[in-house]
Amino acid sequence: MRFHGRGGQGAVTAADLLALAAFEEGRHAQSFPSFGSERMGAPVVAYCRLGEREIRTREPVVAPDCLIVIDPTLVHQVDLFAGLGPDGYVLVNSSRTLDELGLGSLTTRFRPERLLTVPGTEVALRQIGRPLPNAALLGSFAALTAEVGIGPVSSAIRERFSRNPSVAERNVAAAAELFQLARQILTANGRAVLSAPAN
Amino acid sequence: MLRQIEGSLAVAETVALCRPEVVCAYPISPQTHIIEALGQLVKTGELAPCEFINVESEFAAMSVAIGASAAGARAFTATASQGLLFMMEAIYNASGLGFPIVMTLANRAVGAPINIWNDHSDAMAARDAGWVQLFAETVQEAADLHIQAFRLAEEVSVPVMVCMDGFILTHATERVDLPTQEQVDAFLPPYEPRQVLDPADPYSIGAMVGPEAFEEVRYLAHARQLTALGRIGELGAEFAEAFGRDSGGLVHPYRSADADVVVVAMGSVLGTIKDVVDAQRAAGHRIGALGITSFRPFPIDAVRNALQHARQVVVVEKAISVGFGGVLSTDVAMTLTGLPVSVATVVAGLGGRSITKSSLAGLFEAALRGELGRLTFLDLNMGLVERELERMALHRRSGPTAENMLRDLGVVASGIG
Repeated sequence: MRFHGRGGQGAVTAADLLALAAFEEGRHAQSFPSFGSERMGAPVVAYCRLGEREIRTREPVVAPDCLIVIDPTLVHQVDLFAGLGPDGYVLVNSSRTLDELGLGSLTTRFRPERLLTVPGTEVALRQIGRPLPNAALLGSFAALTAEVGIGPVSSAIRERFSRNPSVAERNVAAAAELFQLARQILTANGRAVLSAPAN
Repeated sequence: MLRQIEGSLAVAETVALCRPEVVCAYPISPQTHIIEALGQLVKTGELAPCEFINVESEFAAMSVAIGASAAGARAFTATASQGLLFMMEAIYNASGLGFPIVMTLANRAVGAPINIWNDHSDAMAARDAGWVQLFAETVQEAADLHIQAFRLAEEVSVPVMVCMDGFILTHATERVDLPTQEQVDAFLPPYEPRQVLDPADPYSIGAMVGPEAFEEVRYLAHARQLTALGRIGELGAEFAEAFGRDSGGLVHPYRSADADVVVVAMGSVLGTIKDVVDAQRAAGHRIGALGITSFRPFPIDAVRNALQHARQVVVVEKAISVGFGGVLSTDVAMTLTGLPVSVATVVAGLGGRSITKSSLAGLFEAALRGELGRLTFLDLNMGLVERELERMALHRRSGPTAENMLRDLGVVASGIG
């Protein structure tokens, strides 16, 4: 998985949370950032690998199975889709459609049922009170890919933010909403909803 | 207990289990998370008794560690890159005086040009400073090496530097088995200083030594490192017995016993190398790897034993001795004196450039074909170099090279990859 965001949006934390959620499911996981100059607003890339055995490689994720785009303003600034195979998943945090984002051509390069935009920022503003959907987007990721369950995502959020239970619970609620929302969108589009465990 | 945890936090929590009495440091990327976490543990009282000392520079950090150690306290600090260089005078003092300080070095390139990313230039700059230098391959090993480092340092009266790749390990989360306080206490006894500043029994430490004894003091420092060489292997075995996993030791051979080509490296790149070795083994090639954990003291016999049956040795190192080539490879070649083994140096990953499986695969294939030259720069953008040389040839006042190259690439700030 490759996460794209900007400094301050929590792309690194999102990758760490996904690794933690997979770890809680008993899998091996590795997450790491690709730091540019550490400043607010600069493009940030973070990586997460999940596996059934020890993950030894340290190279960046050059051929991701899934892209998670936290900041949609990056889509035309950074070569986001480099290395993504034809079966790859794309999750974009935006209240707009792919067409509205100028990404309509993605449906010809990738499988349309694996492309999803969700209004993460709007949900985060309402549930968390801040425009930080990084953790909550993992709910939509769980619905889109079934790579991890919403239960482990929630407990990873609670563990990571254990020093601030109120922030943790608001992020868990936002993740649950984005999980349900993603399922509704996928169902409404007539696509098979993957059987993400709802534990 | 198994945790999914960031490398810096795993090291900080492990260091805390080692009961340091003084932690002093100055923040510098990519080491900062370690010290921040330790500062937090002291503040909450989870690490007690321990004094956390904010200092004004790295030079002060090492000086305070020396003072704390001289007063009989177990002392820890951490740094990287320019920070290590700034404390270099005190680095030599710590080892010359025989204080068993343990320091994490979050390996980072040394400027100029300024660069915050990983390579081993900083550790190599301190190669001859008299410290033990241990290199971690994984977050687990980085954490475990600190427990062994305190034990080794205090037994032998030599400071120990635990080197872990900046960002690649310090900022990665992975599965780590963190020991219990009881386990660490059973492995690491309380610090019993060989020399201590005690008002009840006053003496001075730090005499000026002239030609009459300086060489002998240095000889003893060397002898202590040779003692450490023996103890590193023993402590690794004892650690494995007590904690149930292999961490530390002198070297780690991987599928190298019958290999024609053996790739030698230090640190986290070994994981990527092993994946490529497995792929090439599956394709029928006789290739293996050798990880060197103890760079100083250098395990001459262990390295020679592991490599003597190879046809070609490829040393992949994240450092360069400008004007010569390899640093690690020089030591490796020396161990093979008199043997018909060819040693090739590959400078790779400088300043955080990613070392990819595809680049390594191409490199190893060239080695298997016997086509690898004496010195290779992995993934070097020769066009970029040549264009700067052209600019320099064209204009006497061609300006600063680093800025010219960034402008040539069309980037305003360096990225990674």
